Amino acid sequence: MKTPSSIRQFWRRGEPGVWASGAALAAMLLGIAGMLAVVAANGVVVFWPHRLCEFTLHDGSRVLGEVQQWQDVRGGGRRVQLKVGNRDLYGLDFRWIEGADVAGTRFPCDAVALERQEYGNFYGYLAGVSAADGGPGDGTGGGWAALEAAWRQARQQREALERLQRGINRNNLRMERTRLRLLRLRHRGVAEDDPRVAGLLDRQAALQREFSQLVAQSNAAAVECRRRTARFVDSHGSEEVLPVFGIVRAYRPNAMGRLAKARFYLGKVGELLFGQPREANTEGGLFPAIVGTVMMVFLMSVFSFPLGVLTAVYLREYARDGLVVRLVRIAVNNLAGVPSIVYGIFGLGFFVYGIGGRLDRWLFPERLPTPTLGTGGILWASLTLALLTVPVVIVASEEALGAIPRGIREGSLALGSTRLQTLTRLLLPMASPGIMTGFILAMARAAGEVAPLMITGVVKLAPSLPVDGTPPFVHVERKFMHLGFHIYDIGFQSPNVEAAKPMVFTTALLLVSLVLAMSGSAIWLRQRMKRRYAMGSF
Amino acid sequence: MTDVPAIAQVAAPLVDIRDLRLYYGTVEALHGITMGIAARQVTALIGPSGCGKSTLLRCLNRMNDLIDGVRVTGSLRLDGQEVNSPTLDVIELRRKVGMVFQKSNPFPKSVFENVVYGLRIAGVTRRDVLEDAAERSLVGAGLWDEVKDRLQASAFSLSGGQMQRLCIARAIAVNPEVILMDEPCSALDPRSTARIEDLIGELRATFTIVIVTHNMQQAARVSDMTAFLFEGHLIEYGDTKRLFTNPACRQTEDYITGRFG
Ligand SMILES: Nc1ncnc2c1ncn2[C@@H]1O[C@H](COP(=O)(O)OP(=O)(O)OP(=O)(O)O)[C@@H](O)[C@H]1O
Ligand SMILES: [Mg+2]
Repeated sequence: MKTPSSIRQFWRRGEPGVWASGAALAAMLLGIAGMLAVVAANGVVVFWPHRLCEFTLHDGSRVLGEVQQWQDVRGGGRRVQLKVGNRDLYGLDFRWIEGADVAGTRFPCDAVALERQEYGNFYGYLAGVSAADGGPGDGTGGGWAALEAAWRQARQQREALERLQRGINRNNLRMERTRLRLLRLRHRGVAEDDPRVAGLLDRQAALQREFSQLVAQSNAAAVECRRRTARFVDSHGSEEVLPVFGIVRAYRPNAMGRLAKARFYLGKVGELLFGQPREANTEGGLFPAIVGTVMMVFLMSVFSFPLGVLTAVYLREYARDGLVVRLVRIAVNNLAGVPSIVYGIFGLGFFVYGIGGRLDRWLFPERLPTPTLGTGGILWASLTLALLTVPVVIVASEEALGAIPRGIREGSLALGSTRLQTLTRLLLPMASPGIMTGFILAMARAAGEVAPLMITGVVKLAPSLPVDGTPPFVHVERKFMHLGFHIYDIGFQSPNVEAAKPMVFTTALLLVSLVLAMSGSAIWLRQRMKRRYAMGSF
Repeated sequence: MTDVPAIAQVAAPLVDIRDLRLYYGTVEALHGITMGIAARQVTALIGPSGCGKSTLLRCLNRMNDLIDGVRVTGSLRLDGQEVNSPTLDVIELRRKVGMVFQKSNPFPKSVFENVVYGLRIAGVTRRDVLEDAAERSLVGAGLWDEVKDRLQASAFSLSGGQMQRLCIARAIAVNPEVILMDEPCSALDPRSTARIEDLIGELRATFTIVIVTHNMQQAARVSDMTAFLFEGHLIEYGDTKRLFTNPACRQTEDYITGRFG
């Protein structure tokens, strides 16, 4: 008797509703937390220097590397995955070793890990450092200190070399500009003996001379700085002679204390945030991708935000609520559900080939068939994403405007204000928190979208950033890099997927943090607006 | 029942309504209203729910323009000027004819900004002018003593009665000729109601007031003239005291004695 009545009570009080919605919330939180945890756990530890472990096998051979994971083998026993590096020597970075084969384990203090410009990491032991001219050295053999000193010197050389390279780039840019100007003059039919043409030709020759000089200097410097080498031996005893110049970092993880490791870690994070990518993007920094992502989202907001808000204002405040408005509303809502790749195709057909191609024919006819605007670029990608996100902004803004009581509009109009005044002085400020919500959603969606970008302007490696120091400073026609595409590219398109895995996680972590940071600041802004406009103190 | 005319003639009315018909789409909601509203008097509109009081009131400042499908015929003159004329400057009209709504609708701004809103949109920016107007209007609405220390506080922090008086202050800040009040006290407690009634008594010296109310006592207390509407018809219109003591029409009598509506 007691149980049925308490069950009935349970239903009557509406408890199932509470339980079901609570469970849904919990499941959702778990999902999100799990995703973040996986990304964070895998992404955060990537840069922490791992110990180098040397296994001695029963057959007498020795293997040195970073332990990746231990695994149970079907049929008993365990095996270990070791990152052995030295791709140039062994061909593969990773190796599985049967646990039963291992005779001994040790963590040698003098084991060296090298990050190199090419061929990934090297693990082994330092044998000696040559003299600056590549000679056999001063006889002391050169210990760790000698390597560090040589490395510092190499870094200075690298900076000098980079300066030269920047000079060459500048020269290239000027050359290109001169070439285009010349092209334009000739296209217009200006005669070859025209002083303007002659001037440009002179300039071209001068630039060409400067270019040859710079290249010669740079080549000489490159040869010079490769002279100094260091000798290493791997765990098998094979010798490897490497130019010190090619070493990005050299460290002895087993000899590092916590503090040293932390400094190493921070250095790596700094490189990640501000450095250029290396080795087909699987190493080095993500700076261009971060800049590309942020700028793309920014441009997207510049287009989609005003467009969306104005559309919503028209639909809600000016248009008569008839069949047309209702159809438009349905269409807008459906647009939000169109797969993003469809937008990409549209962007390619309409923006890139349609508008861009036409602008090319109109503005830069002399450069054809080389496209200037008629090819993917950050402008077209942002416009495509703006189209993709504008429904979200429209819907949110419309709801926000619709939630404002009639009395406010009537009160304002009854005081003799125009509709525009009512809109700008009351309705938009009051709707701003809701509009911000739409904006946040749109931004998060745009930052995470990859498919439409792949056909409208994202590239694996962009030669230059869409913002830089050369006028006009913002180059919206340029191709750009993007964190989302980066993940796809290094995770699924790179020849050495296993080696790229850590970078996939770090990039994912970075992308998530970037989205969080952007939405976080927008949410903060919304909170302030809410306090101001909803509580009525503006 | 006496032989007084059911619809009194007002000499030199400020608002002169003649055969005013209003259609919501195809439905006629006002069936030819003809009445004059005297200046500096309080005119009350009474009648059962849905009889067209609000509709008539909103004709005076053309608030019905906001509703799709509203059509008006007949004439409505304010100061001899045709209000329904398509060439009339509605902004100008609404500055001359202020309105206070049934549900107080302060803007989500400070008390001060609420009061000077009408002036600001009219282009007044001088701080001293705004401050003077704010003080004058708040004093006029009997709210000054209560809010003079919290002019910068949110209008939402006021009580219901204070909010309604704030709306009155907001309406009188732009110095209108006519103030329309659509059941201004229906959401208020008796004390706040009494305050607003007193206020109406004071305002009648400066403004022409048209008030819609469901409360017979209130109409009898505050108004000089009363109009009784029924199903879109103006049934009776005359001096308040006379109308309440000696109604000319059967319907009026039934209504004010509470027999229906
Ligand atoms: N926006 C509208 N669209 C169509 N019909 C309307 C509209 N507003 C009012 N009406 C109709 O016009 C008639 C008069 O309405 P009105 O609001 O003027 O009545 P009222 O006398 O103010 O009533 P109450 O005392 O309840 O406020 C009613 O029959 C109502 O249904
Ligand atoms: Mg009404």
